[in-house]
Amino acid sequence: MVPQDLRYTKEHEWVRVVGDMATVGITDYAAEQLGDIVFVELPEIGRAVVQATAIGVIESVKAVSDLFAPIGGEVVESNSELSTQPELVNSDPFGKGWMLRVKVDDADQVGGLLDAAAYEALIAEA
Amino acid sequence: MAYGPHTTEDRARMLAAIGVDSIDALFADIPSSLRSSKLNLPPPESESELSVRLETMAGRNRVDLISFLGAGAYRHFTPAVVDQLLLRGEFYTAYTPYQPEISQGTLQTIYEYQSMMAELTGLDVVSASHYDGATATAEAALMTCRATHRERVLVSHSVHPHYRETIQTYFAGAALAADEIPLVAGGPADGTTDLAALERLLADTDRPVAGVVVANPSFLGLLEPMAEIGKLAHASGALFVAVVEPVSLAVLATPGEYGADIAAGDGQPLGIPLSYGGPYLGILACRDALVRGIPGRLVGMTTDVDGRRAFVMTLRAREQDIRREKAASNICTNQALCALAASIYLGAMGPHGLRDVAALGAARAAELEAALAAAGAPRLHPGPYLNEFTVRVPDAASVHARLIGRGILAGLPVARIMPGEPSLADALLVCATEITTSAEIAAFGAALHEELAGGVR
Repeated sequence: MVPQDLRYTKEHEWVRVVGDMATVGITDYAAEQLGDIVFVELPEIGRAVVQATAIGVIESVKAVSDLFAPIGGEVVESNSELSTQPELVNSDPFGKGWMLRVKVDDADQVGGLLDAAAYEALIAEA
Repeated sequence: MAYGPHTTEDRARMLAAIGVDSIDALFADIPSSLRSSKLNLPPPESESELSVRLETMAGRNRVDLISFLGAGAYRHFTPAVVDQLLLRGEFYTAYTPYQPEISQGTLQTIYEYQSMMAELTGLDVVSASHYDGATATAEAALMTCRATHRERVLVSHSVHPHYRETIQTYFAGAALAADEIPLVAGGPADGTTDLAALERLLADTDRPVAGVVVANPSFLGLLEPMAEIGKLAHASGALFVAVVEPVSLAVLATPGEYGADIAAGDGQPLGIPLSYGGPYLGILACRDALVRGIPGRLVGMTTDVDGRRAFVMTLRAREQDIRREKAASNICTNQALCALAASIYLGAMGPHGLRDVAALGAARAAELEAALAAAGAPRLHPGPYLNEFTVRVPDAASVHARLIGRGILAGLPVARIMPGEPSLADALLVCATEITTSAEIAAFGAALHEELAGGVR
């Protein structure tokens, strides 16, 4: 069940946009596919990120994958709790497992992201 | 592990299983022009003929010389226990096992190597080893670029020339820059890393520096102001890489103590015999904060499902077989046998034994300095050294060649690997270790005196 109020990427990130601020995480589908997450490497505060480029690393017991920026902008906050409790990504991917807050450069980029129905269709095919 | 070669029947069954007629058919995709043609080799020799031939070739090595050569590889006494244990069949491979957890003994030896190196360097994390000191140093320099997202390192001119070349080779492929920090010319700090120049290089905000790489002792044998260099590096957001000689760490301040973030060096002095081209042992250690950026294998200790102590390959996601092109390094192997030799050596010597080795080498070197000065070859640089230093010998290369004729290997004419530097043109780099004897030092002094006095030729 994916939250209806979020936007999604094909790489299984979610984005919640409020004003010009976007909160970013990975979906429960992604967390489940990765397995137990043991480490999350996030970009430093102040870094300018470009949409669809790799900006972090998510490491689980069985795999490692890149975190892609779902939207371009400046990183203003990262979830410091993940450094000691990376398992929050598994237990609460849409809540306490959030990863970044990004000040959005171009609000039009949001329109290009998947809505909940499109994302549900994507993972239903997978 | 049972091992038997495949029989003709085994091969036929395997080919049948995959539906291929012959082994040659497996290579059908390779154009014939690219396949090896018949090798043009002389006819085979018998084992006895071959032994004689190899012995004749090996006989051209001058193992009779009284040696004062160091310059990155050092003569030390190795207790017999090192080879005795190393040659056990269970250990005798350079490789980490590809199904590692089944080989608990091998993993334990690597874990113990890492633990002893961590103690020696004063740092938190040690990789399971690299090819040699040069590649470990280049990997350390690359680590600083990844960790800081900067693209330029500064390397002291007093780092071993071969190490500097290796850094350039690694950096050329990665489109990164490695610039040199010049050395002080004249005065009490003559020949050491120029701190004022370092400060100027670090101040270039258009080209922020990822890491500062300095060796202690330096290639010229001198002790460098490591703590000050570390402070300067950190003040500009750069990491500090110390290139170390492991025996010296028994008596000198450790990288951990003087604030280095990464230490790299060659482990050859720890029970590994001198040989042309190796195999040697690359030591690479870092602070905990950099653990996910350190290349190479890491062995960790944990407990299994029954609560028993177990050793595992850990943090594998850094490595190439999992992360592919985003791995910390292309390195996916180690020098397990050489690391084991170093572990056995350190275990046999113990901390006190290793201190004795370092202190005796320093004492012999002081004796050597006095003997060479008396023979007319004073030190080139005034600063402190441990067991290796340069002396001024006019026409160093030809004096060096003539001394070989007298049975003495008078270190290294520095110009041979640092050419075109007027201040080092007359320099001989000489070294003493715990196995250098007073008689050898006296013989060197006497022979040099005669050469310099224009005596017996």
